[in-house]
Amino acid sequence: MATTDVTPRGSAGGVGQKRIVNDMSIQVATVNGSGSQSSNTVLLRSIFQMGVPVSGKNMFPSNIAGLPTWYTIRANKHGYIGRKKEIDFLVAMNPETAQEDTMSLAAGASVLYDEPLALHKLRDDLIFYAVPYDKLVAAVCPEAKLRKLVKNMVYVGVVASLLTIDMAEVEKAIRKQFAKKVKAANLNLAAAQAGFDYAKANLQKRGAFYIERMNATAGKIIIDGNSAAALGCMFAGCTVVTWYPITPSSSLVETMIEYMKEYRIGPDGKATFAIVQAEDELAAIGMVIGAGWAGARSMTATAGPGISLMSEFAGLAYYVEVPGVIWDIQRVGPSTGLPTRTSQGDILSTAFLSHGDTKHIMLFPCSVTECFSMAPEAFNLAEQFQTLVFVMSDLDLGMNNWMSDPFEYPTTPINRGKVLGKEDLDRLGGFARYKDVDGDGIGYRTLPGTIHPAAAYFARGSGHNERAQYSERADDFENNMERLNRKFETARSFVPRPEITKGNNAKIGIIGYGTSHWGITESRDQLRDEYTIETDYLRLRAYPFTREVHEFIEQHDRIYVVDQNRDAQMLTLLRLDLKPELTTRLRSIAHITGLPLDARSITDELTSMEGK
Amino acid sequence: MSTTTVEPGAAGPKTNRIGLTVMDYKGGKTTLCAGCGHNAISERIIEAMYEMGVQPELLIKPSGIGCSSKTPAYFVSRSHSFNAVHGRMPSVATGAMLANRKLVCIGVSGDGDTASIGIGQFVHLMRRNLPIIYIIEDNGVYGLTKGQFSATADLGSKLKTGVVNDLPPIDTCALAIQLGATLVGRSFSGDKRQLSAMLKAAIAHKGTVMLDVVSPCVTFNDHEGSTKSYKYVKEHEETLQDVSFVPHFEDIAVEYDPGSTVEVTMHDGSRLHLRKLEEDYDPTDKIRAITRLTEAHDKGEVLTGVFYVNPEAPNFLDMLNVVDQPLATLPESLTRPSKEVLDAVMEELR
Repeated sequence: MATTDVTPRGSAGGVGQKRIVNDMSIQVATVNGSGSQSSNTVLLRSIFQMGVPVSGKNMFPSNIAGLPTWYTIRANKHGYIGRKKEIDFLVAMNPETAQEDTMSLAAGASVLYDEPLALHKLRDDLIFYAVPYDKLVAAVCPEAKLRKLVKNMVYVGVVASLLTIDMAEVEKAIRKQFAKKVKAANLNLAAAQAGFDYAKANLQKRGAFYIERMNATAGKIIIDGNSAAALGCMFAGCTVVTWYPITPSSSLVETMIEYMKEYRIGPDGKATFAIVQAEDELAAIGMVIGAGWAGARSMTATAGPGISLMSEFAGLAYYVEVPGVIWDIQRVGPSTGLPTRTSQGDILSTAFLSHGDTKHIMLFPCSVTECFSMAPEAFNLAEQFQTLVFVMSDLDLGMNNWMSDPFEYPTTPINRGKVLGKEDLDRLGGFARYKDVDGDGIGYRTLPGTIHPAAAYFARGSGHNERAQYSERADDFENNMERLNRKFETARSFVPRPEITKGNNAKIGIIGYGTSHWGITESRDQLRDEYTIETDYLRLRAYPFTREVHEFIEQHDRIYVVDQNRDAQMLTLLRLDLKPELTTRLRSIAHITGLPLDARSITDELTSMEGK
Repeated sequence: MSTTTVEPGAAGPKTNRIGLTVMDYKGGKTTLCAGCGHNAISERIIEAMYEMGVQPELLIKPSGIGCSSKTPAYFVSRSHSFNAVHGRMPSVATGAMLANRKLVCIGVSGDGDTASIGIGQFVHLMRRNLPIIYIIEDNGVYGLTKGQFSATADLGSKLKTGVVNDLPPIDTCALAIQLGATLVGRSFSGDKRQLSAMLKAAIAHKGTVMLDVVSPCVTFNDHEGSTKSYKYVKEHEETLQDVSFVPHFEDIAVEYDPGSTVEVTMHDGSRLHLRKLEEDYDPTDKIRAITRLTEAHDKGEVLTGVFYVNPEAPNFLDMLNVVDQPLATLPESLTRPSKEVLDAVMEELR
């Protein structure tokens, strides 16, 4: 009988332990390809539907089936949705990792395991619950070949029982998950119910963790960053998408294909877009550039290895001045690195991508909301500045599920930048493609197909003068490069401004960007509550850095720059931009494990550097 | 035809069907070597565009890197050009054609730009059958870097320095046919009549055209021992057909003998006449075409003519079901869905 496995041992659990409500992390360890993603999503949604802020993070292998994968659900009443370092509740479904997973837990955590694994023998400072999954699943699923997939839904029911999650919410989540597949929904529901009933009858709850209804998720949505980006690009008026499959960016375009097929079909039944799977990343960006030159709103999505391959073309776009949007869903490099783990490792290489003097506008979304809202911003900037704009997302943001307010409809109109049409050319008589008419470094361009004898210009990656004519003259070259620099300086005033959050009379500043935001936000509370350290926080949203970034650094004695890479890439980029006397104020908190950055790691590093 | 002829007694210079003179198709002054085959090709392109009445502003001229890729500067200055990066013109051309399907695209490449660094993009361009005219100005050497062999150099061909090529050539025509290009031929920069007819057919074709034009390099590959010299090509040229072209807008009845001439009706109603010089050659038979090209290599022939044509194959833009208007200039009302759409999507995600 399973209940004998959960005899209290040592100090774990016990009567009188304080209740911890809506503040926990659950880790589900499974084998990839076992259908656990559905179970995990159902569990996540069930908690979400109870009104509790929640996030889900998938730590998966670069493999299709048979290797270990972990899914972490964090429920937090304060709304902390970054990764929590400690695991409070382990669901050990994978025999291969069960022992190590169990051994790495902190004392007092709970472990739910498949009975034959007998994990309770490993430690006496944890709370163990054993479940005979095979027996339970056999009873509800007569078809043997489906049992492997349904088995995972059993733990959802057990967890619901142990953490007091309402089974009505589990059912709702299952119905949503399987949508029109009623038979599958019923089968999975029966499995979850079997787990729930078993736990009610046989397991004595002893852990401190409870889910209770609250009202912090009303009206919110759950979405991953890549889907949010896909939606954003659709509403940005993107017309040409080219891509080459690469983890973790593929789902961005795949989701976009689905949305575009549904919502971007013109009145004549034809597509108002073209999406092309290219032969490689070089062709993908080449097509983006060809399309951008010819006037489309074009984009691609890739990851670090793709960015490296795009290097030569990126320089062409910079120098010929062609708009385009590149989504970099960063993963761990160098080289193939850890293809299914997250990092912010492409910051420096992207900032200066290509040979010669090049630099590129980058945007740093931290949330699914920004994945959506920065998409139209990126396209507008690309066309306004006639250059590539890189949106630097990452795997944590792109592929994980995040809770968010619903996205707001874009209010800024589509801005096609300085494009001269036939009427303009009639009025002007002609134009010089690379002349700085307005003093902002941005020339006027024409699109192929503009019927006017003076419309054409010769786009070339070789040296050119204001009239786009081939030139090797020193003054032509220098003037053009200086104008390009002026254009980049102009961009400083147009890119998204940083978000600044003030502490109480803080001397210390924190600079972060992207998904580090969630760990930083939580860490600042830890610093205040546990160490009485007040901090101000600036979240970068774009490169080139705006005026506010320099001011923020000037206003603080010490600034901790948080990077999810080894070499403090953003700190390095900041240093290049700062007055020399300010560079010594920067200190690095750099994190490189492939796991999303957690608050505790920031707090520990910062306090240690503060001598606490 | 000459580019400067004014018909005696005419009120003004001769114009084409859209009212432009041949001067409206001229380009900048060439900076290539005197006698370079590429200059002759530029001349033929000018004539073909003029005679077919292509609106210059609807023409785009992407190119890669190399001597050949410089030539878009020397024809039709009223058209947009894009001198891109080495070997990667196909992707730039593809992007541009996706953005604006009204454009006429002539992509100019060389044998180095195509058959070595650009082979990857070349093969995938051929597969898609986008309406793009892809021209290889083929001289068997890298001119701009001073005369190294390219991958189309024939086995046993000799450099000026005496170095002999000991690798087999890539036959870009055979490759293009195998991969899906729908009008494939080889010509010679010195064969004015054949090249003109083939270029006009290329303009009329709505799919990927691949023309390999042997174009001797007078500086680095026109010597004894080279298989891409003027002398060698003239001595070894084998012509499959006598090629002539009747544009759809010229109401000319051409008599031909169906026994000896193949007539191909192009997408726009123009007619391509191929008077057979080799009796059993059928330009709609891919396998025959590839076999004949292989034989030519074995015999040391420079085989020219229209090797393969299929005017009916679906092109990539139709396969993508792209709207008829250029994507580039679609109004916001068509490219940004309504607030109701966003609200509906948000509702599904709750």
